[in-house]
Amino acid sequence: MTWSWNSFFEYLVSPYILAGVWTTVWLTCVSMAIGIVLGFVAALMKMSNSAVLRGIASFYVWLWRGTPLLVQLVIIYTGLPQFGIKLGVIESALLGFGLNEGAYFAEVVRAGIMSVDQGQTDAARALGMDYRRMMRIVILPQAFRVVVPPLGNQFNGMLKTSSLASVISMEELLRHAQQLAQIEFRVLEAYLVAAIYYVILTSIWGQVQKRIEAYYGKPYMLSGNVALPEPDLALR
Amino acid sequence: MSNENPIVEILDVHKSYGPTPILRGVSLRVQAGEVIVIAGRSGGGKSTLLRCIDQLETIDSGEITVCGEAMAGSTIHLAPGQMARLRQNLGMVFQQFNLFPHLSVLDNIIAAPTKVLGIPRALATAEARVLLARVGLPEKENAFPKQLSGGQQQRVAIARALAMQPKVMLFDEPTSALDPEMIREVLDVMMDLSRRGMTMIVVSHEMSFARAAADRIILMHRGQIVDDLPPEQFFTAPSSEHTRQFLAKRLG
Repeated sequence: MTWSWNSFFEYLVSPYILAGVWTTVWLTCVSMAIGIVLGFVAALMKMSNSAVLRGIASFYVWLWRGTPLLVQLVIIYTGLPQFGIKLGVIESALLGFGLNEGAYFAEVVRAGIMSVDQGQTDAARALGMDYRRMMRIVILPQAFRVVVPPLGNQFNGMLKTSSLASVISMEELLRHAQQLAQIEFRVLEAYLVAAIYYVILTSIWGQVQKRIEAYYGKPYMLSGNVALPEPDLALR
Repeated sequence: MSNENPIVEILDVHKSYGPTPILRGVSLRVQAGEVIVIAGRSGGGKSTLLRCIDQLETIDSGEITVCGEAMAGSTIHLAPGQMARLRQNLGMVFQQFNLFPHLSVLDNIIAAPTKVLGIPRALATAEARVLLARVGLPEKENAFPKQLSGGQQQRVAIARALAMQPKVMLFDEPTSALDPEMIREVLDVMMDLSRRGMTMIVVSHEMSFARAAADRIILMHRGQIVDDLPPEQFFTAPSSEHTRQFLAKRLG
Protein backbone atom coordinates (compact mmCIF):
# COMPACT_ATOMS: atom_id res chain seq x y z
CA MET A 1 0.00 0.00 0.00
CA THR A 2 1.48 3.35 -1.00
CA TRP A 3 1.34 6.69 0.78
CA SER A 4 -1.90 8.59 0.22
CA TRP A 5 -1.86 12.36 0.46
CA ASN A 6 -5.62 12.32 0.16
CA SER A 7 -6.07 10.27 3.30
CA PHE A 8 -3.43 12.27 5.10
CA PHE A 9 -5.18 15.60 4.48
CA GLU A 10 -8.55 14.05 5.10
CA TYR A 11 -7.39 12.88 8.53
CA LEU A 12 -5.64 16.16 9.23
CA VAL A 13 -8.92 18.10 9.14
CA SER A 14 -11.19 15.29 10.25
CA PRO A 15 -13.63 16.36 13.00
CA TYR A 16 -13.05 12.95 14.57
CA ILE A 17 -9.32 13.67 14.99
CA LEU A 18 -10.03 17.22 16.17
CA ALA A 19 -12.40 15.85 18.78
CA GLY A 20 -9.52 13.64 19.96
CA VAL A 21 -7.20 16.66 20.08
CA TRP A 22 -9.70 18.52 22.23
CA THR A 23 -10.01 15.56 24.60
CA THR A 24 -6.22 15.38 24.90
CA VAL A 25 -6.10 19.08 25.76
CA TRP A 26 -8.69 19.03 28.51
CA LEU A 27 -7.53 15.67 29.83
CA THR A 28 -4.04 17.16 30.19
CA CYS A 29 -5.24 20.39 31.78
CA VAL A 30 -7.53 18.73 34.31
CA SER A 31 -4.95 16.06 35.16
CA MET A 32 -2.32 18.74 35.72
CA ALA A 33 -4.71 20.76 37.87
CA ILE A 34 -5.38 17.71 40.05
CA GLY A 35 -1.66 16.94 40.10
CA ILE A 36 -0.74 20.48 41.14
CA VAL A 37 -3.20 20.48 44.03
CA LEU A 38 -2.08 17.02 45.18
CA GLY A 39 1.56 18.02 44.71
CA PHE A 40 1.19 21.13 46.86
CA VAL A 41 -0.61 19.20 49.59
CA ALA A 42 1.95 16.39 49.53
CA ALA A 43 4.87 18.86 49.55
CA LEU A 44 3.46 20.75 52.55
CA MET A 45 2.77 17.44 54.31
CA LYS A 46 6.32 16.29 53.62
CA MET A 47 7.64 19.49 55.21
CA SER A 48 5.28 19.45 58.21
CA ASN A 49 6.25 18.82 61.80
CA SER A 50 3.92 15.83 62.06
CA ALA A 51 5.64 12.50 61.51
CA VAL A 52 2.31 10.95 60.49
CA LEU A 53 1.68 13.52 57.74
CA ARG A 54 5.27 13.23 56.57
CA GLY A 55 4.95 9.44 56.50
CA ILE A 56 1.73 9.44 54.48
CA ALA A 57 3.14 11.88 51.93
CA SER A 58 6.45 10.05 51.63
CA PHE A 59 4.65 6.72 51.13
CA TYR A 60 2.46 8.20 48.41
CA VAL A 61 5.37 9.78 46.54
CA TRP A 62 7.47 6.63 46.91
CA LEU A 63 4.77 4.23 45.68
CA TRP A 64 3.57 6.31 42.76
CA ARG A 65 7.04 7.19 41.52
CA GLY A 66 8.08 3.57 41.91
CA THR A 67 5.46 2.04 39.62
CA PRO A 68 4.76 2.59 35.91
CA LEU A 69 1.89 4.91 35.08
CA LEU A 70 0.48 2.33 32.68
CA VAL A 71 0.28 -0.22 35.49
CA GLN A 72 -1.44 2.37 37.73
CA LEU A 73 -3.99 3.08 34.98
CA VAL A 74 -4.96 -0.53 34.33
CA ILE A 75 -5.14 -1.24 38.08
CA ILE A 76 -7.51 1.70 38.56
CA TYR A 77 -9.67 0.88 35.53
CA THR A 78 -9.67 -2.91 35.40
CA GLY A 79 -8.40 -3.92 38.85
CA LEU A 80 -10.41 -1.83 41.28
CA PRO A 81 -13.79 -3.25 40.12
CA GLN A 82 -12.77 -6.44 41.97
CA PHE A 83 -13.18 -4.40 45.16
CA GLY A 84 -16.49 -3.09 43.91
CA ILE A 85 -14.96 0.27 42.95
CA LYS A 86 -16.12 0.85 39.39
CA LEU A 87 -14.83 4.02 37.79
CA GLY A 88 -15.64 5.16 34.30
CA VAL A 89 -12.96 5.68 31.68
CA ILE A 90 -12.72 9.43 32.23
CA GLU A 91 -12.67 9.17 36.04
CA SER A 92 -10.02 6.46 35.87
CA ALA A 93 -7.82 8.46 33.52
CA LEU A 94 -8.10 11.66 35.59
CA LEU A 95 -7.46 9.80 38.85
CA GLY A 96 -4.50 7.89 37.40
CA PHE A 97 -2.86 10.90 35.77
CA GLY A 98 -3.65 13.26 38.65
CA LEU A 99 -2.18 10.96 41.29
CA ASN A 100 0.89 10.29 39.17
CA GLU A 101 1.53 13.96 38.40
CA GLY A 102 0.98 14.86 42.06
CA ALA A 103 3.69 12.45 43.17
CA TYR A 104 6.23 14.05 40.84
CA PHE A 105 5.04 17.56 41.47
CA ALA A 106 5.39 17.12 45.24
CA GLU A 107 9.17 16.96 44.90
CA VAL A 108 9.21 19.93 42.54
CA VAL A 109 7.17 22.07 44.94
CA ARG A 110 9.28 21.01 47.90
CA ALA A 111 12.43 22.08 46.07
CA GLY A 112 10.73 25.37 45.17
CA ILE A 113 9.76 26.11 48.77
CA MET A 114 13.23 25.20 50.04
CA SER A 115 14.74 27.60 47.49
CA VAL A 116 13.07 30.57 49.24
CA ASP A 117 15.49 32.28 51.59
CA GLN A 118 15.04 31.69 55.34
CA GLY A 119 15.05 35.47 55.81
CA GLN A 120 11.69 35.61 54.03
CA THR A 121 10.19 33.35 56.67
CA ASP A 122 11.70 35.51 59.41
CA ALA A 123 10.30 38.68 57.86
CA ALA A 124 6.84 37.20 57.37
CA ARG A 125 6.66 35.93 60.95
CA ALA A 126 8.03 39.16 62.35
CA LEU A 127 5.18 40.97 60.58
CA GLY A 128 2.69 38.88 62.52
CA MET A 129 1.75 36.49 59.72
CA ASP A 130 0.58 33.02 60.70
CA TYR A 131 1.66 29.94 58.72
CA ARG A 132 -1.13 30.15 56.17
CA ARG A 133 -0.64 33.84 55.40
CA MET A 134 3.13 33.41 55.28
CA MET A 135 2.75 30.60 52.74
CA ARG A 136 0.12 32.37 50.64
CA ILE A 137 1.56 35.88 50.61
CA VAL A 138 5.31 35.35 50.87
CA ILE A 139 6.61 31.83 50.32
CA LEU A 140 4.47 30.18 47.64
CA PRO A 141 4.54 33.08 45.13
CA GLN A 142 8.34 33.01 45.30
CA ALA A 143 8.46 29.21 45.16
CA PHE A 144 6.13 29.30 42.17
CA ARG A 145 8.62 31.25 40.11
CA VAL A 146 11.17 28.48 40.66
CA VAL A 147 8.56 25.81 40.00
CA VAL A 148 7.24 27.14 36.66
CA PRO A 149 10.01 25.72 34.42
CA PRO A 150 9.81 22.14 35.77
CA LEU A 151 6.03 22.45 35.90
CA GLY A 152 6.10 23.40 32.23
CA ASN A 153 8.18 20.33 31.45
CA GLN A 154 5.62 18.20 33.23
CA PHE A 155 2.79 19.80 31.30
CA ASN A 156 4.63 19.10 28.07
CA GLY A 157 5.18 15.51 29.19
CA MET A 158 1.55 15.15 30.22
CA LEU A 159 0.30 16.22 26.77
CA LYS A 160 2.11 13.19 25.34
CA THR A 161 1.65 10.84 28.29
CA SER A 162 -2.10 11.35 28.05
CA SER A 163 -1.93 9.02 25.03
CA LEU A 164 -1.54 6.15 27.51
CA ALA A 165 -5.24 6.60 28.28
CA SER A 166 -5.97 5.02 24.88
CA VAL A 167 -5.15 1.72 26.57
CA ILE A 168 -8.22 2.06 28.78
CA SER A 169 -10.21 3.20 25.72
CA MET A 170 -10.26 6.91 26.54
CA GLU A 171 -11.42 8.69 23.39
CA GLU A 172 -8.39 10.90 23.00
CA LEU A 173 -6.12 11.78 20.06
CA LEU A 174 -4.14 8.55 19.80
CA ARG A 175 -7.19 6.32 20.10
CA HIS A 176 -9.01 8.25 17.41
CA ALA A 177 -5.98 7.95 15.16
CA GLN A 178 -5.87 4.22 15.85
CA GLN A 179 -9.50 3.84 14.89
CA LEU A 180 -9.08 5.81 11.69
CA ALA A 181 -6.08 3.67 10.85
CA GLN A 182 -8.16 0.53 11.18
CA ILE A 183 -10.90 1.69 8.84
CA GLU A 184 -8.81 1.98 5.67
CA PHE A 185 -5.52 0.58 6.98
CA ARG A 186 -3.91 3.96 6.29
CA VAL A 187 -1.72 3.43 9.34
CA LEU A 188 1.17 5.79 8.63
CA GLU A 189 -1.14 8.60 7.53
CA ALA A 190 -3.27 8.34 10.66
CA TYR A 191 -0.40 8.12 13.13
CA LEU A 192 1.56 10.91 11.42
CA VAL A 193 -1.48 13.16 11.77
CA ALA A 194 -1.59 12.29 15.47
CA ALA A 195 2.14 13.05 15.79
CA ILE A 196 1.68 16.41 14.06
CA TYR A 197 -1.06 17.41 16.49
CA TYR A 198 1.10 16.43 19.46
CA VAL A 199 3.91 18.63 18.12
CA ILE A 200 1.48 21.51 17.59
CA LEU A 201 0.11 21.18 21.12
CA THR A 202 3.53 21.03 22.79
CA SER A 203 4.72 23.98 20.69
CA ILE A 204 1.75 26.12 21.72
CA TRP A 205 2.39 25.15 25.32
CA GLY A 206 6.05 26.17 24.93
CA GLN A 207 4.94 29.69 24.04
CA VAL A 208 2.48 29.84 26.91
CA GLN A 209 5.17 28.66 29.32
CA LYS A 210 7.54 31.39 28.13
CA ARG A 211 4.93 34.04 28.95
CA ILE A 212 4.26 32.61 32.40
CA GLU A 213 7.98 32.50 33.17
CA ALA A 214 8.38 36.08 31.99
CA TYR A 215 5.48 37.17 34.18
CA TYR A 216 6.83 35.60 37.36
CA GLY A 217 10.40 36.56 36.56
CA LYS A 218 9.63 40.24 35.96
CA PRO A 219 10.39 41.60 39.45
CA TYR A 220 13.78 39.87 39.26
CA MET A 221 14.70 40.94 35.73
CA LEU A 222 14.19 44.68 36.10
CA SER A 223 17.37 46.62 35.68
CA GLY A 224 18.18 48.35 38.90
CA ASN A 225 19.44 51.83 39.58
CA VAL A 226 22.06 50.28 41.83
CA ALA A 227 25.59 51.57 41.54
CA LEU A 228 24.90 53.64 38.45
CA PRO A 229 27.80 56.09 38.43
CA GLU A 230 26.97 59.76 38.44
CA PRO A 231 27.94 61.38 35.13
CA ASP A 232 31.31 62.93 35.63
CA LEU A 233 30.87 66.57 34.63
CA ALA A 234 34.57 67.27 34.62
CA LEU A 235 35.10 64.85 31.75
CA ARG A 236 32.55 66.41 29.44
CA MET B 1 11.61 55.00 86.73
CA SER B 2 13.40 51.73 86.03
CA ASN B 3 11.03 49.78 88.26
CA GLU B 4 7.82 50.81 86.56
CA ASN B 5 6.21 48.31 84.21
CA PRO B 6 8.82 47.68 81.53
CA ILE B 7 7.62 47.35 77.94
CA VAL B 8 10.10 44.53 77.36
CA GLU B 9 11.21 42.30 80.19
CA ILE B 10 13.74 39.54 79.77
CA LEU B 11 14.39 37.34 82.80
CA ASP B 12 17.29 34.92 83.12
CA VAL B 13 17.08 33.66 79.52
CA HIS B 14 19.25 30.70 78.55
CA LYS B 15 19.68 29.24 75.09
CA SER B 16 22.05 26.74 73.51
CA TYR B 17 22.57 25.45 70.01
CA GLY B 18 23.28 21.82 70.80
CA PRO B 19 26.15 21.81 73.28
CA THR B 20 27.10 25.43 72.55
CA PRO B 21 25.63 27.95 75.00
CA ILE B 22 24.58 31.17 73.22
CA LEU B 23 22.70 33.01 75.98
CA ARG B 24 23.75 32.37 79.58
CA GLY B 25 21.30 33.99 81.91
CA VAL B 26 20.38 37.27 80.21
CA SER B 27 18.07 39.68 82.04
CA LEU B 28 17.03 43.06 80.64
CA ARG B 29 14.25 45.54 81.34
CA VAL B 30 13.39 48.13 78.73
CA GLN B 31 11.06 51.04 79.53
CA ALA B 32 8.70 52.56 76.96
CA GLY B 33 10.51 55.18 74.89
CA GLU B 34 13.98 53.91 75.71
CA VAL B 35 16.59 53.37 73.01
CA ILE B 36 18.90 50.47 73.85
CA VAL B 37 21.98 49.72 71.78
CA ILE B 38 23.50 46.28 72.18
CA ALA B 39 27.13 45.93 71.15
CA GLY B 40 29.82 43.33 71.54
CA ARG B 41 31.98 40.91 69.63
CA SER B 42 30.31 38.64 67.11
CA GLY B 43 29.23 35.36 68.67
CA GLY B 44 28.33 37.13 71.88
CA GLY B 45 24.64 36.36 71.48
CA LYS B 46 23.36 39.84 70.50
CA SER B 47 21.36 38.81 67.44
CA THR B 48 20.13 35.64 69.11
CA LEU B 49 18.82 37.69 72.03
CA LEU B 50 16.95 39.97 69.62
CA ARG B 51 15.49 37.02 67.72
CA CYS B 52 14.42 35.42 70.99
CA ILE B 53 12.47 38.55 71.94
CA ASP B 54 10.48 38.18 68.71
CA GLN B 55 10.40 34.39 69.22
CA LEU B 56 12.00 33.75 65.86
CA GLU B 57 14.15 31.54 68.09
CA THR B 58 12.85 29.58 71.05
CA ILE B 59 14.52 29.82 74.43
CA ASP B 60 15.59 26.97 76.69
CA SER B 61 14.65 28.66 79.96
CA GLY B 62 13.76 32.05 81.36
CA GLU B 63 10.91 34.43 80.59
CA ILE B 64 10.23 37.06 77.97
CA THR B 65 7.38 39.54 78.36
CA VAL B 66 6.44 42.23 75.83
CA CYS B 67 3.78 44.85 76.53
CA GLY B 68 2.67 42.89 79.59
CA GLU B 69 2.07 39.73 77.58
CA ALA B 70 4.25 36.65 78.00
CA MET B 71 6.03 35.68 74.77
CA ALA B 72 7.99 32.79 76.24
CA GLY B 73 8.52 31.06 79.56
CA SER B 74 8.42 27.67 81.20
CA THR B 75 4.64 27.80 81.71
CA ILE B 76 3.87 29.56 78.43
CA HIS B 77 2.56 27.49 75.54
CA LEU B 78 1.14 29.76 72.88
CA ALA B 79 -0.85 28.55 69.92
CA PRO B 80 0.74 29.64 66.63
CA GLY B 81 -2.07 32.12 66.00
CA GLN B 82 -1.56 33.75 69.42
CA MET B 83 2.16 34.01 68.76
CA ALA B 84 1.48 35.74 65.44
CA ARG B 85 -0.76 38.23 67.26
CA LEU B 86 1.80 38.93 70.01
CA ARG B 87 4.51 39.53 67.41
CA GLN B 88 2.46 42.48 66.16
CA ASN B 89 3.70 44.42 69.20
CA LEU B 90 7.19 44.16 67.76
CA GLY B 91 8.66 45.40 64.51
CA MET B 92 11.87 43.86 63.29
CA VAL B 93 14.52 45.09 60.87
CA PHE B 94 17.05 42.58 59.57
CA GLN B 95 20.68 42.80 58.52
CA GLN B 96 19.80 41.48 55.05
CA PHE B 97 16.62 43.64 54.76
CA ASN B 98 14.50 40.59 53.78
CA LEU B 99 12.14 42.59 51.60
CA PHE B 100 9.73 40.41 49.61
CA PRO B 101 11.37 40.41 46.16
CA HIS B 102 8.19 39.51 44.25
CA LEU B 103 6.25 42.51 45.60
CA SER B 104 6.58 46.19 44.82
CA VAL B 105 7.74 48.57 47.54
CA LEU B 106 4.14 49.59 48.21
CA ASP B 107 2.93 45.99 48.38
CA ASN B 108 5.79 45.10 50.70
CA ILE B 109 4.57 47.75 53.11
CA ILE B 110 0.82 47.12 52.91
CA ALA B 111 0.90 43.30 52.73
CA ALA B 112 0.76 42.73 56.48
CA PRO B 113 -1.54 45.67 57.37
CA THR B 114 -4.13 44.60 54.77
CA LYS B 115 -3.86 40.82 55.02
CA VAL B 116 -3.11 40.43 58.74
CA LEU B 117 -4.85 43.42 60.35
CA GLY B 118 -7.56 43.72 57.69
CA ILE B 119 -7.01 47.43 57.10
CA PRO B 120 -8.68 48.54 53.82
CA ARG B 121 -6.23 48.79 50.96
CA ALA B 122 -6.86 52.48 50.30
CA LEU B 123 -6.21 53.41 53.92
CA ALA B 124 -3.12 51.20 54.15
CA THR B 125 -1.80 52.74 50.95
CA ALA B 126 -2.27 56.26 52.29
CA GLU B 127 -0.43 55.32 55.49
CA ALA B 128 2.32 53.60 53.49
CA ARG B 129 2.87 56.80 51.50
CA VAL B 130 3.29 58.79 54.69
CA LEU B 131 5.87 56.26 55.88
CA LEU B 132 7.70 56.26 52.55
CA ALA B 133 7.95 60.03 52.73
CA ARG B 134 9.29 59.74 56.28
CA VAL B 135 12.07 57.38 55.19
CA GLY B 136 12.85 59.65 52.24
CA LEU B 137 11.58 57.43 49.42
CA PRO B 138 8.27 58.99 48.35
CA GLU B 139 8.86 58.28 44.65
CA LYS B 140 9.74 54.60 44.98
CA GLU B 141 6.39 52.98 45.74
CA ASN B 142 6.19 51.16 42.40
CA ALA B 143 9.79 50.00 42.35
CA PHE B 144 10.72 46.41 43.11
CA PRO B 145 13.33 45.67 45.77
CA LYS B 146 15.90 44.62 43.19
CA GLN B 147 15.79 48.13 41.72
CA LEU B 148 16.82 49.72 45.01
CA SER B 149 20.19 50.19 46.63
CA GLY B 150 20.89 48.48 49.93
CA GLY B 151 20.28 51.64 51.90
CA GLN B 152 16.99 52.23 50.13
CA GLN B 153 15.91 48.63 50.72
CA GLN B 154 16.67 48.95 54.41
CA ARG B 155 14.65 52.15 54.65
CA VAL B 156 11.71 50.39 52.96
CA ALA B 157 12.15 47.54 55.44
CA ILE B 158 11.88 50.04 58.31
CA ALA B 159 8.74 51.53 56.75
CA ARG B 160 7.31 48.04 56.34
CA ALA B 161 7.87 47.25 60.02
CA LEU B 162 6.41 50.61 61.11
CA ALA B 163 3.29 50.04 59.02
CA MET B 164 2.15 47.47 61.60
CA GLN B 165 2.34 50.21 64.25
CA PRO B 166 4.57 48.22 66.61
CA LYS B 167 5.18 49.27 70.20
CA VAL B 168 8.84 48.27 70.05
CA MET B 169 11.26 48.21 67.13
CA LEU B 170 14.05 45.63 67.02
CA PHE B 171 17.03 46.29 64.74
CA ASP B 172 19.38 43.39 64.01
CA GLU B 173 22.63 44.92 62.71
CA PRO B 174 20.67 47.15 60.31
CA THR B 175 23.70 48.73 58.67
CA SER B 176 26.18 45.83 58.67
CA ALA B 177 25.35 44.74 55.12
CA LEU B 178 25.51 48.27 53.71
CA ASP B 179 28.20 50.09 51.81
CA PRO B 180 29.70 52.85 53.98
CA GLU B 181 28.07 55.66 52.00
CA MET B 182 24.61 54.21 52.66
CA ILE B 183 24.93 53.74 56.40
CA ARG B 184 24.19 57.41 57.12
CA GLU B 185 20.79 57.44 55.39
CA VAL B 186 19.61 54.45 57.43
CA LEU B 187 20.95 55.83 60.71
CA ASP B 188 19.20 59.15 59.99
CA VAL B 189 15.87 57.33 59.72
CA MET B 190 16.60 55.54 63.00
CA MET B 191 17.56 58.82 64.69
CA ASP B 192 14.27 60.30 63.53
CA LEU B 193 12.41 57.32 65.00
CA SER B 194 14.14 57.67 68.34
CA ARG B 195 13.26 61.38 68.48
CA ARG B 196 9.62 60.45 67.92
CA GLY B 197 9.78 58.41 71.12
CA MET B 198 9.83 54.91 69.62
CA THR B 199 11.11 52.21 71.95
CA MET B 200 14.07 50.65 70.16
CA ILE B 201 16.45 47.78 70.79
CA VAL B 202 19.30 48.04 68.33
CA VAL B 203 22.07 45.51 67.81
CA SER B 204 24.76 47.58 66.15
CA HIS B 205 28.42 48.49 66.11
CA GLU B 206 27.64 52.05 65.02
CA MET B 207 29.00 53.81 68.11
CA SER B 208 28.20 57.25 66.66
CA PHE B 209 24.54 56.27 66.62
CA ALA B 210 24.80 54.79 70.11
CA ARG B 211 26.40 57.96 71.45
CA ALA B 212 23.76 60.19 69.88
CA ALA B 213 20.58 58.17 70.35
CA ALA B 214 20.98 55.53 73.04
CA ASP B 215 19.66 55.86 76.56
CA ARG B 216 21.65 52.80 77.53
CA ILE B 217 24.41 50.89 75.82
CA ILE B 218 24.75 47.21 76.58
CA LEU B 219 27.83 45.12 76.01
CA MET B 220 27.31 41.41 75.53
CA HIS B 221 30.15 38.96 75.88
CA ARG B 222 29.82 35.21 75.57
CA GLY B 223 26.09 35.15 76.15
CA GLN B 224 26.00 37.51 79.09
CA ILE B 225 25.41 41.22 79.61
CA VAL B 226 28.64 42.55 81.07
CA ASP B 227 27.84 46.27 80.92
CA ASP B 228 24.61 48.28 80.86
CA LEU B 229 25.36 51.99 81.08
CA PRO B 230 24.30 55.40 79.78
CA PRO B 231 26.46 56.47 76.79
CA GLU B 232 28.64 58.97 78.68
CA GLN B 233 29.60 56.35 81.26
CA PHE B 234 29.88 53.57 78.69
CA PHE B 235 32.48 55.49 76.70
CA THR B 236 34.40 57.07 79.58
CA ALA B 237 34.07 54.77 82.56
CA PRO B 238 32.89 51.26 81.61
CA SER B 239 32.85 48.77 84.44
CA SER B 240 33.83 45.70 82.44
CA GLU B 241 37.23 44.85 81.04
CA HIS B 242 35.45 43.44 77.95
CA THR B 243 33.91 46.85 77.28
CA ARG B 244 37.30 48.53 77.53
CA GLN B 245 38.73 46.04 75.05
CA PHE B 246 35.75 46.50 72.73
CA LEU B 247 36.07 50.29 72.83
CA ALA B 248 39.82 50.17 72.32
CA LYS B 249 39.29 48.24 69.10
CA ARG B 250 36.33 50.31 67.90
CA LEU B 251 37.55 53.77 68.71
CA GLY B 252 41.24 53.09 68.16
